Amino acid sequence: MSLNTPTSPHIHDDTSVTKVMLRVLLALVPAIIAYSWYFGWGLLINIAIAATTALACEYTMLMLRQRPVAPFMTDGSIVVTAILLAFCIPPLAPWWIAFLGTGFAVVVGKHLYGGLGYNPFNPAMVGYVMLLISFPKEMTTWLPPNLVQDLNFGFLTSLNAVFTGNLPAGFSLDGITAATPLDLIKTQLNQDITITETKNSYALFGDFGGIGWEWIGNWVFLGGVWLIYKKVINWHIPVAVLGSLFVISLVFFLMDADYYGSPMFHLFSGAAILGAFFIATDPVSAATTPRGRIIYGIGIGLLTYIIRVWGGYPDGIGFAVLLMNLAAPTIDYYTQPRVYGHKRK
Amino acid sequence: MSTDIRKISLDGLWHNNPGLVQLLGLCPLLAVSNTAINALGLGLATTLVLIGSNATVSAIRHIVRPELRIPVFVLVIASFVTIIEYLTKAFFYDLFTILGIFLPLITTNCAIIARAEAFASKNNVFHSLIDGLMMGLGFAAVLLLLGALREIIGQGTLFADAHLMFGENARWLTITFIEDYRGFLLAILPPGAFLGLGFIIAGKNYIDKQQKRKAAQQIYAIEGSTQTST
Repeated sequence: MSLNTPTSPHIHDDTSVTKVMLRVLLALVPAIIAYSWYFGWGLLINIAIAATTALACEYTMLMLRQRPVAPFMTDGSIVVTAILLAFCIPPLAPWWIAFLGTGFAVVVGKHLYGGLGYNPFNPAMVGYVMLLISFPKEMTTWLPPNLVQDLNFGFLTSLNAVFTGNLPAGFSLDGITAATPLDLIKTQLNQDITITETKNSYALFGDFGGIGWEWIGNWVFLGGVWLIYKKVINWHIPVAVLGSLFVISLVFFLMDADYYGSPMFHLFSGAAILGAFFIATDPVSAATTPRGRIIYGIGIGLLTYIIRVWGGYPDGIGFAVLLMNLAAPTIDYYTQPRVYGHKRK
Repeated sequence: MSTDIRKISLDGLWHNNPGLVQLLGLCPLLAVSNTAINALGLGLATTLVLIGSNATVSAIRHIVRPELRIPVFVLVIASFVTIIEYLTKAFFYDLFTILGIFLPLITTNCAIIARAEAFASKNNVFHSLIDGLMMGLGFAAVLLLLGALREIIGQGTLFADAHLMFGENARWLTITFIEDYRGFLLAILPPGAFLGLGFIIAGKNYIDKQQKRKAAQQIYAIEGSTQTST
């Protein structure tokens, strides 16, 4: 009779990378549906392009690096990266945007640093920021959600627009696309037009955020809360990101409501909620200690606000996540929890 | 004698390349390599300074007291940089305005002081001259390669604005690869320089590794054949 005493931890959980990633994918489904409801087929087409590119690049890189192909291809992490990146790409952007972005994310953002588990930066955000600084025009022209319903572009029309750039007769890309609410407010403020005036003269704004955007935000939020409930992610990072963004925008909103958007506008615009729940919480590139996660999240919230309000780009989530990714190892180093039985320093 | 020159040349151009192996002078290497012509201009200027400074430092190496050698080397380098700068200003004024601060900054290019300290102050004038030439050409080659890569990916052209350097007759040198290229800004921006240099270094290491493997295989093959013959 053998008495094998296994070493700690003695409690086992049946989680695996595959299972975690499947849950993340499941949590994104409501958001994908809501997004497609408001913006049409574009997101699904972008997801298809991004996922295909990501799998192809992953396969090529694994072969080049002589790593086992099957486990890494099927763990789902690469599909999550592709979908998150697709969320950041305008719905009717040309196909090579999603193709180049995902390729860069997988090859440079992930594999050149050593693959899954070794990348210091969130690969999806590496791809997104590369696209944003390289193709500012393509990356900032979105369809206004209220117009999409009127246009009623079918699947084939959208597919045609993405791959050939041709729109049905009578439409032009410049005619139907518009800046996002965040972008619009920024350009208007540069011309000394206050937020209230902008809101009154453009039909882009809903009850508290942009039309469409605010409801997509709610569905993303729901998916995120489910992830916390399932313990796929911890509450620290999302709460810290959204909390700090709320507080700093409230302070400036109370100071001058004409020049600084309301806290609800900032929370429900752009990628704030998606970033807080799905992007900043990437287990590889985020801080890992409880206190560290809070500092990391606050950093992302504050940097997002600073970049949005005083920076050159309309949304700052991508840059904020990458900057705090860079700081995560240092944060972890200084916030290591006290080991039981040891004195506090 | 000839083997010495061969070794010095190979060191400068490949095995001990200032841009790829010593990683010296990265500041101008990364900053000015956004087009091939800018890169070529700075590469040639650096090469000329390196030849002059290496030869001079080597010629005065017995006169200079060791305690004072660094300031003296810097003075020598700065003099040559000033000469090159005025020459560029006089004959290639447009190029001079593009290269801007990076021309006078050649003085602080650590590749040059490193060669003065590590080679020229210990070797004779002729060898130092060859070393300066080869190190300079190695540096210029990396600059040119990086500049050409970034220009092709970023703008879809090669040797754009060639007339800045070679005069109006050289406009035919400009090659446009893709008409109406939308541009890939990343390659022109600083991150493109870092990424490009990283890929070039990786490429060099890959070639070195392949050659080492080939050499090892050859030795193995020779040993194998001798064993079978005996």
